[in-house]
Amino acid sequence: MLEITVFSLLNGTVYGLLLFMLSSGLTLIFSMMGILNFAHASFYALGAYFAFQISKYIGFWPGLIVAPLVVGVIGAMVERYALRHVHKFGHVAELVFTFGLAFLLEEIIQFIWGNYLKPYRGPNILDFPLFTLFDANFPAYKAFMLTISILIFIGLLLVLTKTRIGLIIQAAITHPNMVGMLGHNVPLVFMLTFGTGTALAGLAGVIAGPVMGTYPGMATDLGSIVFVVVVIGGLGSLAGALVASLLIGIVQTFAVAINVSVSDFLDLIGVSFGPDDILIDLWTMSLPSLAPLVPYLMLILILIFRPTGLFGNRES
Amino acid sequence: MSDLGTLRRAMNADTKRRERLYWISLAAVLAALPWVFSSSFAVSIMTQIGIASIFALSYNMLLGQGGMLSFGHAVYFGLGGFLAMHFMNYIEGGFPLPIPFLPLVGGVIGLLFGLIFGSFSTRRAGTVFAMISLGIAELIASSSLIFVKFFGGEEGITGNRTAGPNVLGINYGADIQVYYIAAFWTFVAMFAMFWFSRTPAGRMANAVRENPERAEFVGYSQRRVRMISFCTSGFFAGLAGGIFAIAYEIVTEETLGLNQSGSVLLMAYIGGIGFFIGPVFGAILLTLLRTVLSNFTDIWLLYLGLIFLATVLFAPAGLSGLLMMHGPAYKTRRLGMLVVPYVTMMIPILMITIGLTGILELAHFSGSTSADDRVMVLYGIPSNIDNVLPWATLIMLTIVGIFGVRRAKSGVLDAWARANAPAAPEQIKDDAQ
Repeated sequence: MLEITVFSLLNGTVYGLLLFMLSSGLTLIFSMMGILNFAHASFYALGAYFAFQISKYIGFWPGLIVAPLVVGVIGAMVERYALRHVHKFGHVAELVFTFGLAFLLEEIIQFIWGNYLKPYRGPNILDFPLFTLFDANFPAYKAFMLTISILIFIGLLLVLTKTRIGLIIQAAITHPNMVGMLGHNVPLVFMLTFGTGTALAGLAGVIAGPVMGTYPGMATDLGSIVFVVVVIGGLGSLAGALVASLLIGIVQTFAVAINVSVSDFLDLIGVSFGPDDILIDLWTMSLPSLAPLVPYLMLILILIFRPTGLFGNRES
Repeated sequence: MSDLGTLRRAMNADTKRRERLYWISLAAVLAALPWVFSSSFAVSIMTQIGIASIFALSYNMLLGQGGMLSFGHAVYFGLGGFLAMHFMNYIEGGFPLPIPFLPLVGGVIGLLFGLIFGSFSTRRAGTVFAMISLGIAELIASSSLIFVKFFGGEEGITGNRTAGPNVLGINYGADIQVYYIAAFWTFVAMFAMFWFSRTPAGRMANAVRENPERAEFVGYSQRRVRMISFCTSGFFAGLAGGIFAIAYEIVTEETLGLNQSGSVLLMAYIGGIGFFIGPVFGAILLTLLRTVLSNFTDIWLLYLGLIFLATVLFAPAGLSGLLMMHGPAYKTRRLGMLVVPYVTMMIPILMITIGLTGILELAHFSGSTSADDRVMVLYGIPSNIDNVLPWATLIMLTIVGIFGVRRAKSGVLDAWARANAPAAPEQIKDDAQ
């Protein structure tokens, strides 16, 4: 049990911090521009694919720097030349646009790289078990992921609280018009924020690609979870995004690791169903098989009972 | 005053007559179509269009009329389909329900789940509603793979529509019989949904979409109004799912998946959410793309994505919006002014389309072909992908097209302004006489 707890906590933290790299950008973009960017996870996928392509020629480490930058520039272009234009048509059009963008980016990825899993791997130098606990290995690459995510978190915190641009960003979140009146170029700040957010998503893709797989569906598989994180944490709240990321990450890894099923409880109270019952799956379902449902159940419950999320203070 | 009253009554009678004419011609067209396009491929496409139309119209009840952006509308479509399929199997076991009424089972299930999910998701519109709908969609999609007995796992569940009792020798085996079931329900559902949009409930849905606060002040609960639209929309989505079950005799988890939800959003948006008929255009276009275009190219989904984004960026009112924009010019009989500029615009647009699709097709071909198969037949012309010529031609075509669009743009805008300019005083006098 201790082994499960320790490893689930570690893996959950790695996964949770990865989610934070995506959700932090998403929540910043949302709080500033009011855009819930459906295509955010697609930039994560783009990051992984670019890094794969770069790693084929010049190795993993250059990809770690270059791929997020390229993704960030693409993100900034999308904001500058498309999103700003759609903004005029209202919120629904924006949501629909980012939804369509996610669809298109997935198709473009399939067009360029094909349908299959790409053999994108981490650097050989990190290909060893960092430590062994209860006969299970903890790979060094996961520790590397952990380090990068924590560095990003600290960097983001410092930039937002200690620098001038961070101050302007914070001000533009709540009072964009006032910031504009003071002579700051708010559209430029928007574009940079969007670019930075997508670059962070790209970076997450670069470091997650080798572990979670680089395939066309990677964006859809993670995208909805990132939404769940942002909504549970509270739209527009960075602290909420961090807490919710870790929460979802740890809850999901624990749900996979602990094997309990409904039939255990039913046995306890002495109820049983025949194997031909049409709802037999309901009576025999186990926690690991329900793990994919957990985040969405949490999402719906949060939206019903506390629509502002855990730390948020606005609904939409 | 009484003059005005008679005038309005006369106008109303006129509109009513015109509307009745529309519905009668729709019924006639639906009945006559299989004689015009009689191949079984065409008949099955028309069945699909019917299903897609009901589904897209039910979606627009939320998005267009109620202002609720849903990312999980396929949940009601799919659940309706699944339950209809289970009932089809009960019919095989002797349950007394004629096959043509099976879609109603789907509809009732859609309504039921609309009641359940609507009870907590319609409290708010906007982003919160969209997020809850996404959560529900993910929840149901994941469940469909967990509850294998009910949803049939990855294979889905199948049935046999011919196993029921035969009435008048009709066993529903032939495509044409399925088409008429679909056509009947399409007509009924379209009529009912149009009628719904004219009821006070439908009108209030518009009011709540525009300004929920004022609707509350007038005395309507915005939640109740949304709830009514939501459940009705769920009913029609389930109905479409029921027809789907009859037409395909198989329902899988994809039927209620996120892709299905996405595609109904695409249909409604490309067709145009601002007009009742818009989603039908979208349903026709998307079904044709899916069935016909996919025969010609592997990358039709990429084109679909491009078309969709182009719609959002350049024609947010969709196809029907583009058509309706021409209403004023049509009424002042100045549509003719637009023909020449439109044609001059169409030529460069066509050049860009041919150029871009050509480049994409060649690139796709070169990515998937082997070393000894280097020639692709593109637009009937054998093109060797190792030669510069086909690439250069296509790129030139695209560039020239882009310049052409820039040149033609001012002409179109000019003609548009002239066609829509307020009528000159003499002309009004002419019209009055």
